[in-house]
Amino acid sequence: MITREPTYSDAAGNAWVGVWRAAVLELGSIGRAGSMTAQSLVMLPLLLATRRSRRELARQLYITGIKSLALITIVGMFTGMILGLQVGLELRRYNQELYIGSAVMVSLLREMGPFMTGIILAACVGSSMAAQIGTMTVNDEIAALEIMSISPVRFLMAPRMAAMVLMTPILSFYTCVLGVIGGGIVGLTQLNVPWAQYINMAMDVAHLRDLYVGLFKALVFGIVVTSVSCYEGFTTTQGAVGVGQATRRSVIVSILLILVLGYIITRLFYDL
Amino acid sequence: MIRFKQVTKRLGGRNVLDDLSFEIKKGEIFIIVGPSGTGKSVTLKHMVRLLTPTSGSVWIDDTEISAANGGELDRVRERFGYLFQGGALLGWISVADNIALPLREKTKVSEEEIAQRVADALRMVGLENDGDKFPSEISGGMQKRAGLARAIVRRPEIVLYDEPTSGLDPVTARTIDRLIKRLNEELGITSVVVTHDLQGALLSADRIAMLNGGRFVEVSEPKTFVASDQPEVRGFLDAQFISKKGLAGM
Repeated sequence: MITREPTYSDAAGNAWVGVWRAAVLELGSIGRAGSMTAQSLVMLPLLLATRRSRRELARQLYITGIKSLALITIVGMFTGMILGLQVGLELRRYNQELYIGSAVMVSLLREMGPFMTGIILAACVGSSMAAQIGTMTVNDEIAALEIMSISPVRFLMAPRMAAMVLMTPILSFYTCVLGVIGGGIVGLTQLNVPWAQYINMAMDVAHLRDLYVGLFKALVFGIVVTSVSCYEGFTTTQGAVGVGQATRRSVIVSILLILVLGYIITRLFYDL
Repeated sequence: MIRFKQVTKRLGGRNVLDDLSFEIKKGEIFIIVGPSGTGKSVTLKHMVRLLTPTSGSVWIDDTEISAANGGELDRVRERFGYLFQGGALLGWISVADNIALPLREKTKVSEEEIAQRVADALRMVGLENDGDKFPSEISGGMQKRAGLARAIVRRPEIVLYDEPTSGLDPVTARTIDRLIKRLNEELGITSVVVTHDLQGALLSADRIAMLNGGRFVEVSEPKTFVASDQPEVRGFLDAQFISKKGLAGM
């Protein structure tokens, strides 16, 4: 059951009881969100079963991929330009500005590409998911689905999960490509680094392993943003105010998890 | 068919339902009335396990729905249609697609038959020309009627109506009341209706129950109900200008 009853309890006797209750509630939320995530991932193959579900998947791919493309393009390009400029200014002090291609490529592939993609998708797509599902929850639409024995996880969360799982790595790669181009433009126009040399230096350090780790990170970020946003939507209460709070919480929690998981994945794949 | 056994529901530090026991028979139109905030919708939500009792149990025939989960809960819920207060239509698909949704998702009925059944359901609620519109393009009352069409399109055994006539003009409200009665007479659908609209209740109910303080203070047939001397019932009837003689046509 997705539809949840409001949790009421009498006032806590002391602060520790309050903390304990909050911890138990939070653990319960994490458990339910994890369970929904697992269910939606298991249900992904079902999305190809019927024409309606294929159409819904296409709609979600469009919302996640195409509608985010303009923003991703601008952010990707400027991330590369900022990286190129900052690193280039520092390297120029040592007459080593030729190496900005390497620095930009490594930063983007390993970290900035998936990170920026995750943040943009959390802000654009995740917030929209939380708001839409939250509104459906307060309007009894989720309850209506449950009474019709239509699983809201399969009907609403699985297509969104599939779209994010497919699009986040692609968009992350796209961000990296644009970032490298942006860094190259800065190198060429402001640091006098020839384009061919910039690309050669960049490609020299572009290892497949870095690309795979970056794409894996993007995949994890996509799953996290969908899980958090859908969970916040499904557990929305208190009408319009609740929808606003759920939307805000979905963005905050997604960004925090992207930061923490980004560090953990980096630490797991790269030895000190 | 539907049995509440000593159901207590505690919400927000108070007992919204307090040791409530009653039974609704198959094919009956059972109408629950009462002031706002007395737990009418809460009672309805227990019947499909959108809420679970704090204590006590709710039974649908031989299945304790208040303890059912997974496939068993789905099987019981498939016997129900539910009309929510606001209609609860999905906003991004048309009215006709909303009505077809339970058929497409939960049955193997052909598209031709789905189209036929959707057209029939739309005609029943007077929306035969509005199937292609989106919920945002029709009025609140029409959304409610579309919600009713969706509730009955699978021909459920039991339909639960949460304020089916609130916000509707008197003519449409009586049309809905007649429709509830017709569904009951022609298809044998058991109906449980939560409403403030006593006039409609008196015309269509087999039994009327008045909920107050978490318990039924009166459960009786319409004629007995209007003659009741219970102060809560009398107050409710007087507020809607209904005398002990009841309504013409009762």
